[in-house]
Amino acid sequence: MTFARRAFVVVWKDLLVERRSKETLNALFFFGLLLLFVFQFALGPDRERLAGTLPGLLWLGFILSGLLGLGRTFVVERENDCWEGLLLAPGDKSAIYVGKLAGNLLLMLVIETILLVLFGFFFNLDLTNVLPALAVVIALGTVALAAVGTLFAAMTAQVRARELLFPVLLLPVEAPVLLATVKATEAVLLGETLGSVAHWLKLLAAADVVYVAVGVLTFDFVMEG
Amino acid sequence: MSSLLGGVTLAGLVAGLVLGFGIAPREATQGNVQRIMYLHVPSVWVAYLAFAVVLVASIVYLVRRAESADRLAHASAEVGVLFTGLTIATGSIWGKPTWGTWWTWDARLTTVSILFVMYLGYLLLRGMIEDRERGARFAAVLGIVAAFNIPLVHFSVYWWRTLHQPPSLMKPGPGTMPGVIVTALLVNFAAFTLLYAYFVTRRARVLRLEAEAEA
Amino acid sequence: MASEALIRVAGLRKTFGNHRVLDGLDLDVRAGEAVAVLGANGAGKTTLLKVLATLVRPTRGIATVAGHDCAKDAELVRREIGLVAHSSHVYEDLTAAENLKFWATLAGLRPSAAERAGALAIVELDRAADARVRTFSAGMKRRLSLARFVLARPRVLLLDEPFTGLDQRAKKWLEEHLASFKAGGGAILMTTHSFGRELAVADRIAILAGGAIALDTARGTLSADDVHRLYTLHAEDAP
Repeated sequence: MTFARRAFVVVWKDLLVERRSKETLNALFFFGLLLLFVFQFALGPDRERLAGTLPGLLWLGFILSGLLGLGRTFVVERENDCWEGLLLAPGDKSAIYVGKLAGNLLLMLVIETILLVLFGFFFNLDLTNVLPALAVVIALGTVALAAVGTLFAAMTAQVRARELLFPVLLLPVEAPVLLATVKATEAVLLGETLGSVAHWLKLLAAADVVYVAVGVLTFDFVMEG
Repeated sequence: MSSLLGGVTLAGLVAGLVLGFGIAPREATQGNVQRIMYLHVPSVWVAYLAFAVVLVASIVYLVRRAESADRLAHASAEVGVLFTGLTIATGSIWGKPTWGTWWTWDARLTTVSILFVMYLGYLLLRGMIEDRERGARFAAVLGIVAAFNIPLVHFSVYWWRTLHQPPSLMKPGPGTMPGVIVTALLVNFAAFTLLYAYFVTRRARVLRLEAEAEA
Repeated sequence: MASEALIRVAGLRKTFGNHRVLDGLDLDVRAGEAVAVLGANGAGKTTLLKVLATLVRPTRGIATVAGHDCAKDAELVRREIGLVAHSSHVYEDLTAAENLKFWATLAGLRPSAAERAGALAIVELDRAADARVRTFSAGMKRRLSLARFVLARPRVLLLDEPFTGLDQRAKKWLEEHLASFKAGGGAILMTTHSFGRELAVADRIAILAGGAIALDTARGTLSADDVHRLYTLHAEDAP
């Protein structure tokens, strides 16, 4: 199928560029590490007190890193002056959206794994039992983040103050996702089953479907020029 | 035409104010400040109406590329932000004497605040893109995303609140609602809706004149 | 039809804010024909190309490529054109071969490895196929841009000041490449603000001034001096 092939070649190209330039991943890893330090310094060394806010801190970490990483979705096009090339490519532009979304999901997966490991290390957490359930929550929340983030990154790619406009647009839209993921993560970390937070998971799943659908359907309009 | 609408709107607003702040009974526990509900609740209704119009106009614009649809979306978003601002302000004024705090994480107030910021972002986006056609297109996409987000916001905030306490502290009042209160509310609903229509038509007209001057 | 108009522009107007860049522009380019558009910097040459390339919508007027409207049927137009602009549309961290593979696949083509190698050979980049584009000269990047169109075979080539920044050898190569594109029935519209090499390959010269075409003449036996004189007359004296 041409659509899948075109989406895949976008992922392939982005992975290749990232592998050779190594720009994004290194910097984001250090950013994650620094975030942890910042949280500790800002909230004090009292580990017990911090443990209560752990789900919130974790998702703050994901979202802040996500803002940086997702905001850079089309940076490689901008730096290489290839944005027009994307606009001129014949065929369904949504394939580009799907390709960029897949790339962003991979990126977020790596960032989140790193942050989770760092959190486990710094807060002395044993996540082995809750990991599968936690992974489900994180996966659902990340799709919602990346789906809208990829779309908005395309919209702000050619705007002058994009570094400001991107988070300003993304954060309010992601408010329900933040509420849902933090509540669900809270429950999961306490050892509760996924069934107990089924309503939150359904909300996240609904958000995922809506955001990806809107992204696929409206991307052509964003990439018109 | 618009002056007729303006006249009817004015009449409706006056009637609504008289009913709400004059004729309707004084609430027992909260006192007169509770009357602000007659402004607060219709404001929310109008805000939701405005954003629904933004959704429809945005879709119409993307499909038909009619400039008038774009202007309608723009005007409706502006008026919607105005009324969400009004909702937040009236909610805050209600809260201060009643519960001693300017802000409360009441479900409606929280939801409306998120909507306020979302659609402010919509207006910000429009302001930051110089190319008129691109601005209209992007705003339409954002208008669609924001509208589909509204139910998600509503449910997530509602569940967030109902874990420990009742979702909205700003209900009309304990017990049943006597007829006068219902009437007052309905009149204000109607008056505010007319006010919305008045503002939107005037604003859309200004946008059209601006566009014509440029071409 | 050997003389069908592949590019048709009528009454084109484009306004950016308060600034009217193009105002009543008419221009036709037939199959097998190359038209060079001369104009001062800021005259609107790039805007004209962008309208035809579907990157910019006209404020008023008509622009069609191969019979398709550039604003309403942009998707169909994109399949028929190849744009060679200032931005070379290549990823610096990728090799020439990888770039070609990416752009061809994105365009929906499925060239075999042999076809891709063949395209690189035609643009004389076969030996540099596995070199990172970062190491390329301007001429090599431009040739790589054209390699995409060797595979895609558009009917129209739109070029924005294509000879700028090229050395003599690259200019000669480009001249030959454009001539063979023309011979194959394609239409060429290129912009320039000088009177150099492009004139050799052009069949007609159009001078863009005041937002419209001030003069549209067959190149015939006009020398570079003749052209310079005409240009000064129409373009530089115009407001």
